[in-house]
Amino acid sequence: MAVVVKIPTQLRAAAEGEAEAQLDGATVQEVLDGLFERFEELRARIADDDGSLRRFVNVYLAGEDIRFLDGLATPVADGAELTILPAVAGG
Amino acid sequence: MAVSHLQCKECKTQYPLEALYVCEQCFGPLEVVYDHSQISRDVGELRRRIQGGPQNIWRYADFLPLAGGPPGPSGRLASRVGLPAGCTPLIRADRLAERLGLREVWVKNDAANPTHSFKDRVVSVAVTRARELGFETIACASTGNLANSVAAHGAALGMDSYVFIPADLEEQKILATGIYGTNLVGVEGSYDDVNRLCTELCAERDWAFVNINLRPYYAEGSKTLAFEIAEQLGWELPDRCIVPVASGSLFTKIARGFEEWTELGLLETPARPLPRMNGAQAEGCSPVASAFAAGQEVCRPVKPSTIAKSHAIGNPADGPYALDLARRTGGGVDAVSDEEIRAGIKLLAETTGVFTETAGGVTTAVLAKLAERGDIDPDERVVLVITGEGLKTLDAVRGTFETKTIAPSVAAFEAGFAEKAAV
Repeated sequence: MAVVVKIPTQLRAAAEGEAEAQLDGATVQEVLDGLFERFEELRARIADDDGSLRRFVNVYLAGEDIRFLDGLATPVADGAELTILPAVAGG
Repeated sequence: MAVSHLQCKECKTQYPLEALYVCEQCFGPLEVVYDHSQISRDVGELRRRIQGGPQNIWRYADFLPLAGGPPGPSGRLASRVGLPAGCTPLIRADRLAERLGLREVWVKNDAANPTHSFKDRVVSVAVTRARELGFETIACASTGNLANSVAAHGAALGMDSYVFIPADLEEQKILATGIYGTNLVGVEGSYDDVNRLCTELCAERDWAFVNINLRPYYAEGSKTLAFEIAEQLGWELPDRCIVPVASGSLFTKIARGFEEWTELGLLETPARPLPRMNGAQAEGCSPVASAFAAGQEVCRPVKPSTIAKSHAIGNPADGPYALDLARRTGGGVDAVSDEEIRAGIKLLAETTGVFTETAGGVTTAVLAKLAERGDIDPDERVVLVITGEGLKTLDAVRGTFETKTIAPSVAAFEAGFAEKAAV
């Protein structure tokens, strides 16, 4: 079974215009690796050279920021939804 | 106009002046870039133009990101359309200074804006730019003050508005939003949840989310606080500014405002290019203060728990820039407890006559903390930035004093207040 990754508008040009992708993987890291394999251009846009996510990239698992979970090592279940969003704030 | 283009703060990729906020190359935030080569030719004339401008933020139109200049066809009266913000009092707070053992403290009272917080500055700019770009609906993710301001601006300009807030916000802030006839959406969750939802919605709707897709323009409005402080001090910089930090945007943009004017030579030769910048956070939501204390360059997000709900942003997007600013100006970022916040509200009220909300309690409490710690040289000129109104967070001061009730007779009064009322 697959995990759904929602791709933000700003990255869709680097993802053949797709708004979401279905990927396999047991952790956030594995799912993102699969995403980068499918859309090579995405890697450089949201990940640093050492493989970690850039500081302005937020990834949510079912609405929860993965930094409150186990980060990239967070396990993901079948049918889960990962959302990639830019960090903005100011209330 | 002097506004030139949008540019990524991280990788410097350039973008046109549209409703864009994220760099497609590196996901960094975009900001507005100006070309001041024209106006810098005659700084004396520039000063006179500012002084002759309207009594609101549009006197600083040369430094704001509007393609068409101030709203309206031209001139002073036209700039009064909508809900003009700014030109709030800068008060010399000698009694506060004396209480803290300091010599010169000023209070910038931004509660004196149309909806009683500094947010009217940023919203005025964002909404005016949204109209230039052809948007018909404005929206925001808010901790309360922004909600008030967006709803009011929508009403004043006849634009539809959608305001998203955490459902458990202070009642005063909910009432002072809904009354303007906005579409008020209470979201079950924290501000960070509201913000995530709105970031997703922003891609689906053709709306101007003032603090998301209009964010580069919105943030520029905060510079006007710096311009006013410098102008009100006689075209001089203060030595130190104490500013509340939630997302870090206000803190960094105040410094940017000072920098722009210093670079242009608009100010009397400052001893240092920037004041020492001190950020103020509540302990229950202090990711920037924690990172500052730990010497880190990025902030670890937190789950907020504080009475200062307008500060309850656990994932501050401008955190890294706020940290850098505090360090390079010799300032800092400190956090205070809920008790200290209440004491801060009381201290400011008792010594200046200004009743501020919890965010102002945070700022005042940090000033008191710095003074007590001996971090502030007594000769410094310090500006305390008070961003909001006490009537919006009444719960915070409930139970901090007693009202004595008496029968309506002179005898009862004298019995009850014998000592104080003795003639």
